[in-house]
Amino acid sequence: MCDTCGCNVTHGNRHLIAPGGKLEKLGRHGSAVSVLSSLLTENDHVAAHNREHFDRHGVLAVNLMSSPGAGKTALLEASLERVKQRYRVAVIEGDLETENDARRIRAQGVEAVQIVTGTACHLDAHMVHKALHQIDLDAIDILFIENVGNLVCPASFDLGQHRNVALLSVPEGDDKPSKYPVMFRAADLVAITKVDLLPVLDDFSVERARSNVQALANAAPLLELSTRQRDSLEAWLDWLEQQVAEHRSRCARGESLRPRVQPDGAVLHGLATSG
Amino acid sequence: MHELAVCQALIDQVEHLAREQHALRVARIEVTIGPLSGVEAQLLEQAYPLAAAGSLAEGAELCLEPAPVRVHCAQCNRDSDASANRLLCAHCGNWQTSLLSGDELLLRRVEFFREQAYV
Repeated sequence: MCDTCGCNVTHGNRHLIAPGGKLEKLGRHGSAVSVLSSLLTENDHVAAHNREHFDRHGVLAVNLMSSPGAGKTALLEASLERVKQRYRVAVIEGDLETENDARRIRAQGVEAVQIVTGTACHLDAHMVHKALHQIDLDAIDILFIENVGNLVCPASFDLGQHRNVALLSVPEGDDKPSKYPVMFRAADLVAITKVDLLPVLDDFSVERARSNVQALANAAPLLELSTRQRDSLEAWLDWLEQQVAEHRSRCARGESLRPRVQPDGAVLHGLATSG
Repeated sequence: MHELAVCQALIDQVEHLAREQHALRVARIEVTIGPLSGVEAQLLEQAYPLAAAGSLAEGAELCLEPAPVRVHCAQCNRDSDASANRLLCAHCGNWQTSLLSGDELLLRRVEFFREQAYV
């Protein structure tokens, strides 16, 4: 058949070779393909695989994200003592260098796998998948993934987690959600940490932080926590308990859960507008 | 800083398509990118030649098309433009909106050279 003039293309497939069509010919030597897939398809594929693993074992995976020093490890340290009384827990730690954070978690008697990313500013689904080989998912109920301290890059990579928690510590200022909209838009829970410093850092307004999160069209709950005021952690522990219970009933129904912002939402949107 | 990783993922995907199409090399790559994708267009452009070097996409033109931030308001049922950190309805000011556009990071279209050009 003739590939040059297109006479072998049936009427029903004519749209494929039309300009913008999937098999559009470009002059004599070229062709084009319409793709409309996320640039991070490979990462998203591995993330979906991770999520399937978690769901099959009934494990809730929670991704903790914040700037460096906002208190992700401190929050885990302070809550693990209580969490481990009710649930079996493991932690994946992501840092550019050192095993320090994993050591701090292990000192609580909890299994921790350290991912040393070298120069990478975020965890991706492949790194988490590799770390999962060291964890017995049948032996845990909750997996905390402590991402690399960074308010930018970690927000763009799905790891297979069910929930995103963004921490915002009082010394950072209440305008961080406006400065890092991609991160705070992706949060299922915003934890204001180090609230014991509010009396001395009185330019931080929890209400302003809340309205900055809402301005991102995000209705995520906002908790005020301090690891130095153990009572303040109750709301966080309650939230976790609720997430585990909901996840278990979802798993029992054969359903899964994605974080609030779904990376492939953009893909569907792209397909919808092109149709 | 993660733009190089994103760019490498882009090149992998494009090379896969090129092999599928039995193409000799890639001529042009079109990407749609929104401000809420978390990827900076300018950094992606800078990372691109590094990621493309030695691949079938080396020398291919990278065309980045920005996507506007648009929201739909659940309260007044209208659409409006918004900025990346204020996704409020421009008509009624409501914050309970859903994003229509602006978080895309999409490979839209790839052009290939399929035959050796006659000299």
